Amino acid sequence: MSLHAALRGGAHSVFERSENLLDAFFGGADNPLRHLGALGLFFLWILVASGLYLYTVLDTSIEGVYGSISWLTQEQWYLGGVLRSLHRYASDAFVIVMFLHLLREWAYGRYHGFRLYSWVTGVPLIWLVFISGIGGYWIVWDRLAQFSAVATTELLDWLPIFDGVTARNFLAPDSINDRFFTVLVFIHIGVPLMLILGLWAHVNRISRVDYLPTRRVMLATLGAFLLLAAIKPAVSDAPADLSLAVNDARLDWFILFLHPLTDLTSAGAVWTLIFGATILLFALPFLPHPGRQPIAVVDAQNCNGCSRCHADCPYEAIVMAPHPEKRAHKIAVVDADLCAACGICAGSCPSSTPFRSQQRLVTGIDMPQLPVDALRRQLEARLAELSGGTRLVVFGCDRSADVGALAAPDTATLSLICAGMLPPSFVEYALRSGADGVVVAGCRDGGCEFRLGMEWTRERLTRRREPQLRQLVPLERIEVVPVARSEGRKLAAAVAEFRTRLESQGEVANRPPAYTRRNHG
Amino acid sequence: MVKPVAIIGQIVLYGAFAAFIGYFSTNPIYRQIPDDVALVKLSMSHLGSRECRKRSAEELAKLPPNMRAPLDCPRGRSDTRIVLELDDKPLYEVIMKPTGLSRDGVGTVYKRFELKSGSYKLAVKMNDNLVNPGFNFVKEAQITLKPAEILVIDFNPDRGGLFFQQGRATQH
Repeated sequence: MSLHAALRGGAHSVFERSENLLDAFFGGADNPLRHLGALGLFFLWILVASGLYLYTVLDTSIEGVYGSISWLTQEQWYLGGVLRSLHRYASDAFVIVMFLHLLREWAYGRYHGFRLYSWVTGVPLIWLVFISGIGGYWIVWDRLAQFSAVATTELLDWLPIFDGVTARNFLAPDSINDRFFTVLVFIHIGVPLMLILGLWAHVNRISRVDYLPTRRVMLATLGAFLLLAAIKPAVSDAPADLSLAVNDARLDWFILFLHPLTDLTSAGAVWTLIFGATILLFALPFLPHPGRQPIAVVDAQNCNGCSRCHADCPYEAIVMAPHPEKRAHKIAVVDADLCAACGICAGSCPSSTPFRSQQRLVTGIDMPQLPVDALRRQLEARLAELSGGTRLVVFGCDRSADVGALAAPDTATLSLICAGMLPPSFVEYALRSGADGVVVAGCRDGGCEFRLGMEWTRERLTRRREPQLRQLVPLERIEVVPVARSEGRKLAAAVAEFRTRLESQGEVANRPPAYTRRNHG
Repeated sequence: MVKPVAIIGQIVLYGAFAAFIGYFSTNPIYRQIPDDVALVKLSMSHLGSRECRKRSAEELAKLPPNMRAPLDCPRGRSDTRIVLELDDKPLYEVIMKPTGLSRDGVGTVYKRFELKSGSYKLAVKMNDNLVNPGFNFVKEAQITLKPAEILVIDFNPDRGGLFFQQGRATQH
């Protein structure tokens, strides 16, 4: 195992355990660690909203800039002061969730293959965030702003293109003029606009983007910021004075950490780190990785153009096009670059039903590595082998806890690429072909490897999404278990509990009519 | 998990997140320089001189009338040498190279020195035409630096050449 793989594996484990721990308090939907991107976007909207107000009262003259912000903080503390604090704390939180998001996606290996575009478009956004953040501190033009401005320009001047020129702008009290703050505000608005544009590109290739976290998470984080604003409002230091050095900077360590790092090392070392990290992040997807899995394949004869796969694909990899053979019909077309090979499309296809009598089950859209025909054959073989009192079929997911460990004479197990690949008709088929209960195990809520697999499966099984589980199937005989990869024991316990529950219900309660498939060539 | 426990857990975790942000948004205080230290900043952006030659009458006569400039000046500029001395001891020496492919742009230097507060004899010498020996600009002064004070060494022909700036006051 390479060092990179070992590091990533360790980070994966840390994230998974942390997320599982937080699930106990927040639940999957409200777990901030599982929705870092959406949380970051929410913080960005706080920044935009609070920033718009701060801009309206800002006096961009050299004499007025400090005074206007101080007035806002002191005299209008109940509105301007609170918004200023929100602006600061939301920006700090944004930096935290941005780095956590970056680390998490790396740890889970979500940076190569079909995710290459999202990863690569995300890297430049880090630069934009720091340009916005550092520039924002300068606008206040207090001692901290002075410190950051001098330190930043000294850092910039190390680059040959600047060569000692930019630091001259902050040499002495008469070095800067009113125009400086006009330019600064222009940059502080322009760069975040570029950031928003970049974020649009960043999420452009995924469908049903979580633009915002749940209302509960938004209220809780906003409440935390407001509380922080009340306890520790953001205030200015003394006004900047370029004739005096700043020897006690109250640094915002989330945004301005580069300054002490430069002092601790050197400008050259910091630029090496910045450019090196940027190049590394860009290069990461191009390092050797396991080959891509075969992508979804459409069968023109069996695709009826219903668009369910198009609606369910989490990565917008399927578009509907005119059918080449059937007039006025459409056909699904898979974009090879975008396809995650998750199989969610196969689970959504109405033709993926095992009740079809053909000997070889061919569906409208299928996965070459695990076709629904193979899935039916496996299911039938396992059902035939089942024995014992309460017979269960456990459908699992390759990215979640290993269901193979549960295999027993009274328990048949089948692992799919993603739980979302399971057509609900397979659950009905299992229950009508000898199983007493069906367990569907997949990733924890909000932690689905393919974003929407478990969500779609739940909705299909509870008859809220097509293809729906038919009414004749009693929901009491189905158990959906969200488990992480490392939670094999939890899955085993859930299966055992489900079996006990079924046994307590009695043999004949709510059993769907038996079914035996007739084979046709 | 029992709901009240989950709610308490959420409050604690959101609170910890807010406390983490609240603390590191201003703490720990960073001290770039010790309390009793002042800064001397040498910062110049200067166009070096060039050696011009006076054209003879014959040379001028050969030129088109509109190009008969009396001096023939090369495009390139001289390097500029700067020497700093503190209490008659060498502190720093630098050669500023003209920028540009034709070496016709300004040369720049920016250097920060940390000095204990106190009184010093500071001398700056500059030669912006290295064809000639010695220094054609010299500035010497007894300076007193208070803690955290910044003294700027700069050059501006409109302000008398080399000068020291402390606060808003300029020493020529």
